[in-house]
Amino acid sequence: MSKTKKEILKIIISFVMLILAIIIKFPNEYINLALYILSYIIIGKNVVIKAIKNILNKQWLDENFLMTIATIGAIAIREYPEAVAVMIFYQIGELFQNYAVKKSRNSIQSLMNIRPDYANVIRNEKVEKIDPSEVKLDEIIEIKAGEKVALDGIIIDGNSTLDTSSLTGESIPKRVQIGDEILSGCVNITGLLKVRVTKVYEESTVSKILDLIENATSKKAKSENFITRFARYYTPIVVLLAILLAVIPTIIYKDTSFSIWLERALTFLVISCPCALVISVPLSFFGGIGGAAKQGILVKGSNYLEDISKVNTIVVDKTGTLTKGTFKVQKIYAKDISKEELLKLTAYCEYNSNHPIAISLKNEYKEKVDVSKIEQVEELTGLGIKAKVFGKQILVGNATLMRENNISFDEIQEIGTIIYVAIEGEYSGYIVISDEIKEEAKQAIDTMKKIGIDKIIMLTGDKNEIAQAVAKKLGIDEVYSELLPTDKYQRLEDIMKNKLGNKKVAFVGDGINDAPSLARSDVGIAMGGIGSDAAIESSDIVIMTDDISKISNAINISKKTIKIVKQNIIFAIGIKILVLVLGAIGISNIWEAVFADVGVSVIAILNAMRAMR
Amino acid sequence: MKVKYILEDLDCANCAAKMENEISKLEEVSSVSVSFMNARMTLELLEECAEETLNKIEKIVKKIEPDVKLKKI
Repeated sequence: MSKTKKEILKIIISFVMLILAIIIKFPNEYINLALYILSYIIIGKNVVIKAIKNILNKQWLDENFLMTIATIGAIAIREYPEAVAVMIFYQIGELFQNYAVKKSRNSIQSLMNIRPDYANVIRNEKVEKIDPSEVKLDEIIEIKAGEKVALDGIIIDGNSTLDTSSLTGESIPKRVQIGDEILSGCVNITGLLKVRVTKVYEESTVSKILDLIENATSKKAKSENFITRFARYYTPIVVLLAILLAVIPTIIYKDTSFSIWLERALTFLVISCPCALVISVPLSFFGGIGGAAKQGILVKGSNYLEDISKVNTIVVDKTGTLTKGTFKVQKIYAKDISKEELLKLTAYCEYNSNHPIAISLKNEYKEKVDVSKIEQVEELTGLGIKAKVFGKQILVGNATLMRENNISFDEIQEIGTIIYVAIEGEYSGYIVISDEIKEEAKQAIDTMKKIGIDKIIMLTGDKNEIAQAVAKKLGIDEVYSELLPTDKYQRLEDIMKNKLGNKKVAFVGDGINDAPSLARSDVGIAMGGIGSDAAIESSDIVIMTDDISKISNAINISKKTIKIVKQNIIFAIGIKILVLVLGAIGISNIWEAVFADVGVSVIAILNAMRAMR
Repeated sequence: MKVKYILEDLDCANCAAKMENEISKLEEVSSVSVSFMNARMTLELLEECAEETLNKIEKIVKKIEPDVKLKKI
């Protein structure tokens, strides 16, 4: 029989005996007494034993000790039903607590069900099933459909779709093919993949994430520390009050009976245990962290979950957060030839270049390039490209290149990088390329403002016009442009110096070049952090996808968690004080104290478990 | 030196808080965190006196909750 079932059985047996002893008037009253004592022993034996053990260990004032004293006191003044009931309800409360904790622990475990059990490694041309931690760097592993990717690596054979939802919260499967980097923790849905391992298990994404979640609750929130400190003083004070309550009135009033005051003192002992409170606060944070993880938001500590609710200023590094960080052709203007033709010729010219601009042109062209048509290519650093394609002499580059070659053209004022094209010495048009704003960015910024962010500040290394245009489009309050990475850090420092009272400053970056800023801010949020070690290490919150709207989600989860924590603290302390006062003046008795104690526990725990959802 | 323990059968949140409080008073320990929800203890120790300190820490844990089993990770 499991421990829990045993406990339930004990509670039932002892409860039935208690009821029998209360309602049936046995001819011999010793039978009633025997029933009371027996049910007390069944339900309370372990508590009493633990109390004695703890006293031997010099652990005074633990909950077992308090319950033992309270119930033995009740027996001493012949309040047998109360004694048994206190024990029964105390055990019910404990049982419920354990159930709630176990349930929360399990749900986080299942959430973290990304741990791969094995890896199929190819050794000596045979597939071996081994523990992922035994796979070495550069070995080849095989991943069948339905299996978890055990280690990070690069696909060398096969293509498939991956379910990344347990890592990113993203439900749309991701297509992958040869040459793609894939992360451990994803599930292979369709094809067979062969992957060359690029990171050993300890450094793989999956073990980093597991480690992060498992350690998240080690960093405690302020309210958590408050409650443990409160508990440290609460119990001794209540016990002291109980002693005073039993002794002083009997000394002052000669005509009162000691047993009345003793009973009142016992009610104090029954509610002197701070357990509900102590358990409900970490339980709430645990739930909040778990709920966030479900959405692909990894919070590295309860303290950060608490802090992000106090954020009123968000500093964003533009590239990779608000914009995609990839260049895209925005506009093509062609003179005397078709747009398609202009794009085709430029794409041919840029064919051999790996410059981000060249890549964006090739991506836009999409069709296959016939290499035999490219005759000579000359890359002119800082200017552009001079090439002969389809037998025509073509110049592709900036305004300086045009001027140097004495080509008459109209200089264009547009946001982004402008590529001018000349064919056989004749100006033929231009192409505008710029970094793309993410589709969800505007919506995300609006939501942030709606949920109480006062100021959103954008930092960027980009040109001022580009920065201003992006800021205007998105409704960003302040912009600092043309910054070097070190300048960004300096700006953040200045912003932090000017923050108000207990308000916090969050910094959002993609983890590339901004690790110092992520670490410096009150709450460092790394976007698309998955796979980037620097981001995971230096940030406090990692958003696994690069979806910036998740920041508002994180703030909402945080606010909800804090609200639950506050409700629990106020509710539990309030009820306890109320019952203490009523108990002292004799309005409430042991029964009410038991209900208050266990009831508060149950309600606080149920409330705490809401944080998860 | 960083040491981590799993505290199996850690049943009482208040005890976890007490453990943390008492262990933090040890001179050899620069920081300690007992997470009740994860049943884990993370310690940061001063280098020299590790073995002896760990014994002391185990004793404190056992004293506060005798049923807890410590497992080093």
